[in-house]
Amino acid sequence: MTIIETNSDHGSTVKSRDIFAGELVASLQEIKKTYYMGALSVDVLHGITLDFYAGDYISIMGPSGCGKSTLMNILGCLDQPTQGKYFLGDEDTSKMEDDDLSAIRGARLGFIFQSYNLIQQLDVLENIEMPLFYQGYTEAESHEIAMGLAARVGLEDRIDHKPFELSGGQQQRVAIARALAVDPLIILADEPTGNLDSKSGAEILTLFDELHDQGKTLILVTHSDELAEHSKREIKLKDGRVESDERIHT
Amino acid sequence: MSEFTLDPISQPPASFSPSNPRSKFTTTRLKKITQVGLKSIFSHGLRSLLTVLGIVIGVAAVIAMLAVSEGASFEAQKQFRDLGATNILLKSVKPVEVEESTNRGFGPPQAIVYGLTQADIATIRDTIPGISNVIASRIVKKNIWNLGISINTDVVGTAVDYPSSRNYNLRAGRFFSETELRDHANVVVLSDEVANLLFPIDNPIAKSIKIDSDYYNVVGIMEAEGFSNLGQNQAGSSNSAPSRVFIPFTASKSRFGETTTRQTAGGMESETVELHEAIIQVDNQETVIEVGEIIDQILQRRHKDVDYSIEVPLALLRQAEASALRDQIVAGAIAGISLLVGGIGIMNIMLASVTERTREIGIRRALGAKRKDIIAQFLIEAVILSGVGGLIGVVLGILIPFIISTFWGMTTIVTPIAPILAFSISAMIGVIFGIYPSMRAADMDPVEALRHE
Ligand SMILES: Nc1ncnc2c1ncn2[C@@H]1O[C@H](COP(=O)(O)OP(=O)(O)OP(=O)(O)O)[C@@H](O)[C@H]1O
Ligand SMILES: [Mg+2]
Repeated sequence: MTIIETNSDHGSTVKSRDIFAGELVASLQEIKKTYYMGALSVDVLHGITLDFYAGDYISIMGPSGCGKSTLMNILGCLDQPTQGKYFLGDEDTSKMEDDDLSAIRGARLGFIFQSYNLIQQLDVLENIEMPLFYQGYTEAESHEIAMGLAARVGLEDRIDHKPFELSGGQQQRVAIARALAVDPLIILADEPTGNLDSKSGAEILTLFDELHDQGKTLILVTHSDELAEHSKREIKLKDGRVESDERIHT
Repeated sequence: MSEFTLDPISQPPASFSPSNPRSKFTTTRLKKITQVGLKSIFSHGLRSLLTVLGIVIGVAAVIAMLAVSEGASFEAQKQFRDLGATNILLKSVKPVEVEESTNRGFGPPQAIVYGLTQADIATIRDTIPGISNVIASRIVKKNIWNLGISINTDVVGTAVDYPSSRNYNLRAGRFFSETELRDHANVVVLSDEVANLLFPIDNPIAKSIKIDSDYYNVVGIMEAEGFSNLGQNQAGSSNSAPSRVFIPFTASKSRFGETTTRQTAGGMESETVELHEAIIQVDNQETVIEVGEIIDQILQRRHKDVDYSIEVPLALLRQAEASALRDQIVAGAIAGISLLVGGIGIMNIMLASVTERTREIGIRRALGAKRKDIIAQFLIEAVILSGVGGLIGVVLGILIPFIISTFWGMTTIVTPIAPILAFSISAMIGVIFGIYPSMRAADMDPVEALRHE
């Protein structure tokens, strides 16, 4: 498909890509986003071009309101850009219908939210199983996968607990397990430690490090320098533009 | 370091294509969605119950009303069969005015004269064509005896055609004959009830019973009747058990005389009634209702007081059919209204549920749920809700007729079609009134939904 073209078409601010050897998993090309509120329109993203490679560990930083969450929503196929193209794997998502966007979210993306976003009526295991359910896994398959993931995030003895019976850190670990369920191409986390105390936050960071070691592709939005320290590539946004994009800890 | 270690992940690779064959709508998914729906409904037990009340009442009311109406029309048909399709029943009825005048008088009681006469019957016979037979009866209340046992019962003096005129068969022996009728013979046919009471052990046939001072030879016993054959014991006030005996009309006249006396609350009362009852048989069922009207006109002309009643079984059947139809229309209207109200209730609660669960909808959409998955989830929930309501309604709808039958002795019939129909309609209500809330849920923007507090 058209991925090849995107390789040669990057902005001058991107200087870290060449050093990293992974396969291209996501590519943003001149992404613009404008919100319309009646007669008023707000330009939030002013043409963002970024490439993301398999196995990379990326942090996105920037002042509040600079468009980080907006960008993450586009990366997560929850929202469509007003202009520009977004390739996820080898699919052009910018022309996709709602059903295809749902399908691609379910199959290729893992979400971790600041407020965990677990379903309160369901227990830990059922929450982890949920993305598998929409992918049509059988009950036996999803059960096995979810059990394995619950164990991996250290919650094997809590599988029948409801989210409100868990601490924030534990809930976020459930969310991470859920994000891993379909073995996604990219894991997207918008301020995953924003609601956590420093100890729980540190545990989550350790989990991310381990995921990175296993070759997972992580993109996270954070305000915390400490979290950004853990990443390998640090992108800074300002007013809807890429301010800097640097590879760190090489 | 952390207390949990991540093993290398070894999972089935994500098999993605926009139309992943795995993500088809399977029974596993249906089961899962149903489980989630049930969970959500039972987590709001009282609210759900109140929501489905409209459906419950609607379904129960329809089933119960149809059962009562069905029972009534069954009774009417039975009565119609028992009384005969081509029969017209005439009965003497003590007029209200006469009753009052006797209460006023002093001195020895005077005999009241009322009711149908032989002359009435003769006129009817002569003026109306198409009457094939008339069976006139006198009914006198008497004590009848078999040795030491005595019961008070109606003694019906009638004609030989009496049993055949109303599909009333003999259990044993025979009815009296034309010869016996002509000869004023002292023969008697017992009803099943009387036979059992007077002859608890031995066979009554060829035995004798005593009425007043005369002995009558028992020649036959009628079969047991259903309660629908009531109304013949006109002479007495008792309307309960159809216990009576039959003797030749001629014998009744010559043994008991024209005037009969009976005990009333105020003392003894004498009355002169020529005929208590007459069954007029018409040779064509088409004309029976019309003939009934003509007879009524003739009798109106001949009688000053309304001292007779006229009953056309076919007309009663038509009436019953008409009222059954009316019942069905009323049941339909009640059902329609309460199901509509129930449906609106379900829609209301589903809309509330969608709003409450906006966040959940956003999460599900982010995790790969398509619009149709969300629609299915809320639609199934609405159907479960109305289905549960329908089920409770069906149980109540079957229970209510049962209670009516048990405590009021009314015949009720629950036909299987009524609960099935009512339940299916209630499930359909869930679909119809669940569509809009489900669409609302599915049309939510995932980003907005996720941000919802
Ligand atoms: N649905 C929307 N309609 C209108 N404006 C929006 C909408 N969503 C976001 N915005 C605007 O877009 C800008 C960027 O918002 P965004 O949530 O991406 O910021 P952010 O970088 O994530 O900030 P924070 O660090 O506070 O989370 C903000 O000015 C915000 O008001
Ligand atoms: Mg944000």
